[in-house]
Amino acid sequence: MSIFHVQHRIRVRVDEAIYGITQHGARRFTQTLTRRVLGSGLVDLLTSPHGVDRYTELVAPTWTLGEARAKVIDVRRSTPRSVTLTLAPNDAFTSAHTVKAGQYVNVKVDIDGRRHTRCYSPANTEGSPNLELTIGLHDGGLVSTYLYERARRGMVVGLAGVGGNFVLPAQRPQRILFVSGGSGITPVMAMLRTLVAERHRGEISFVHYARSPREACYREELAAFKDLPRVRVLHGYTRSGAGDLVGSFGPGHLVAAMRSPDVVFVCGPATLVEAVREHCENMYTESFVPPVFEVPANPSGGRITFSDSGIDVVDDGRPLLEQAESAGLTPQSGCRMGICRTCTQRKTAGTVRNLTTGAVSTGPDEDVQICVSVPVGDVELAA
Amino acid sequence: MSHDKITLTPEQADAFGRELDAIKERVMADLGEKDANYIRRVIKAQRTLEVGGRALLFAGVLPPAWLAGTAMLGLSKILDNMEIAHSIMHGQYDWMRDPAISSRSIEWDLDVPADIWRPIHDAHHTNSNIVGMDRDFGYGILRVSEGQRWHPYYLGNPVYAFLMMVLFQYGVALYPLEVERICSGEIRLRDKRETLRAIWKKTRRQMLKEYVAFPLLAGPFAPFVFTGNLSANLMRNVWEFMMIMCGHFPDGTREFSVEETRDESRGMWYFRQVLGSANLTGSKTFHLLSGNLSHQIEHHLYPDMPARRYGDIAPEVQEICERYGIPYNTGPLRRQFGTVVRKIVKLSFPESRSLRRTARGKPVDRVPAAA
Repeated sequence: MSIFHVQHRIRVRVDEAIYGITQHGARRFTQTLTRRVLGSGLVDLLTSPHGVDRYTELVAPTWTLGEARAKVIDVRRSTPRSVTLTLAPNDAFTSAHTVKAGQYVNVKVDIDGRRHTRCYSPANTEGSPNLELTIGLHDGGLVSTYLYERARRGMVVGLAGVGGNFVLPAQRPQRILFVSGGSGITPVMAMLRTLVAERHRGEISFVHYARSPREACYREELAAFKDLPRVRVLHGYTRSGAGDLVGSFGPGHLVAAMRSPDVVFVCGPATLVEAVREHCENMYTESFVPPVFEVPANPSGGRITFSDSGIDVVDDGRPLLEQAESAGLTPQSGCRMGICRTCTQRKTAGTVRNLTTGAVSTGPDEDVQICVSVPVGDVELAA
Repeated sequence: MSHDKITLTPEQADAFGRELDAIKERVMADLGEKDANYIRRVIKAQRTLEVGGRALLFAGVLPPAWLAGTAMLGLSKILDNMEIAHSIMHGQYDWMRDPAISSRSIEWDLDVPADIWRPIHDAHHTNSNIVGMDRDFGYGILRVSEGQRWHPYYLGNPVYAFLMMVLFQYGVALYPLEVERICSGEIRLRDKRETLRAIWKKTRRQMLKEYVAFPLLAGPFAPFVFTGNLSANLMRNVWEFMMIMCGHFPDGTREFSVEETRDESRGMWYFRQVLGSANLTGSKTFHLLSGNLSHQIEHHLYPDMPARRYGDIAPEVQEICERYGIPYNTGPLRRQFGTVVRKIVKLSFPESRSLRRTARGKPVDRVPAAA
């Protein structure tokens, strides 16, 4: 290769880099400008009382300054019981939120005219511009079934908030074990992809349980990771014997995967989480399977007052959200299992108990998650 | 028209109530995507008319552009206030769980903040046509029934009504202040200071938008935008006043006394809503522009049912009412509004002596109290 060729190559690289920077800069500039103009006091006045979003969204549903939304730009159904969506979030989302690998986002979907919110953990590498959701079909799951059957390119969904403590420590541990079952693969997949992108120097083992090879999400991509040094991928199939691991998680599987890991991340059914907990220390877990509530045998019989609506009912022991709905109210709600906080309401007086944490809130003007809270005596909510 | 004889036995009232409940249950169970798409389509049409109208007014130096722009802006305000905001404020679309279409967060292009107006309006629905409890009954200004004792003040009845029509947007804004209770000394102006401040904030912003910001943006064409906006607001004011007056005050609607509605059953509540309201006949477009308040009877029976459904159930409601011998008051706009105008003029004068004696003794249309 002559020196000229090298020079030429360097120049092309530099040109590309400059082009990239200016293009990026130009986009940033237009974004800032749009934000400045649309968010200005004058535009706010001209579009009052509805606000500028109520106009721009009619041109393109994701053109909103206030509401975080995303457009579905790709839909893949790579296994018979899951759908993978690629979401391009709008500026309102990206400027307000960063999603760490392992965290979840609240996704809002309209089904038959009604809005439903569910938490999904994106599986994409941390920091990538798009969110990748892999949604497993499960029996009776309204939103998952809808997305599995009806999701299409161009569809727009709402995004609300990012959360979860199921994340990699900033100081990455050396030897990491991931264990997942079914669609619980997504948060740990995000962590694995992130570590691979970071060129993690430590050792990684990735154990995934699925019904069969056909139903194992990300099987091909995981197979490619096997070629990487210091990454081990093992599959266990509960309805076929063709996997690397046989049966359910136990000491044998742990030995095959990684002896005494520094940290273990588990996501999947409760039985899997419990099995891992039995054999491992330093375990982090995330579960999207609704907890089984122990509804109090004796309802408090107290009076629940929804002060804004002027409705009051006698406590029957169920969570406040369900009792509000039975009373004909339509409070916002999401996961209905105490994760997403969409249903949070201001409790103005009285005592409630959180069924998932057991925490008791007694003070006035405390925010409570009504989907998992039951009254202890009289309660007044600002709903 | 007088319905002195009309009433229902407690058993009839319960049966009547059950039949009306069944309609509601059926419709509410059927709500879904088509209703959601409908309200979003109406919102889109309203925003398009608004943006288009305002754009045309910038070219208002050309008479056709001014006329079209004004008409489009006026229509947009009518849709915004009635079919969109009024319906949404009633919680007709709360089941969608979309905060932008929720009774708690919707705002409207009118001079009163929605959250101040809504509770008062809800009270009107509960107490509709109970003289002394329903503040919409004459709005504390007009004499709309012989049950209200005549006073020389009422000589101005037609003038007040005319001013209410032209200044409708400000009348609605002042309504939550309960001026009549302040005048009677029942409450003090000081008690309403917070309300007044909130209303003024909204009114000022509306004025700033319509009569300062948009005209100034048009530069040399400011006068065209100013007059266009003024005319669009006037158009909205006149139309909405007419629709509202036709809802409760045409000949044949009935008022009730506090005593006769004490402990009323659900069936009798429905009975009062039917007798206290009046419908308008017309085309599909007419119903849309009336915010479906042309189906005032159905709206008063089911305030939280999406308004687009009223037309579908109206024949059924009418048939049920006929079976129970309850008059179902409906007619074209010119007739219904004509009787309203006649009533307002007539009631500005005192009744003849003999009539006045009855009026003074007891409410004119007296019905035995419900069980």
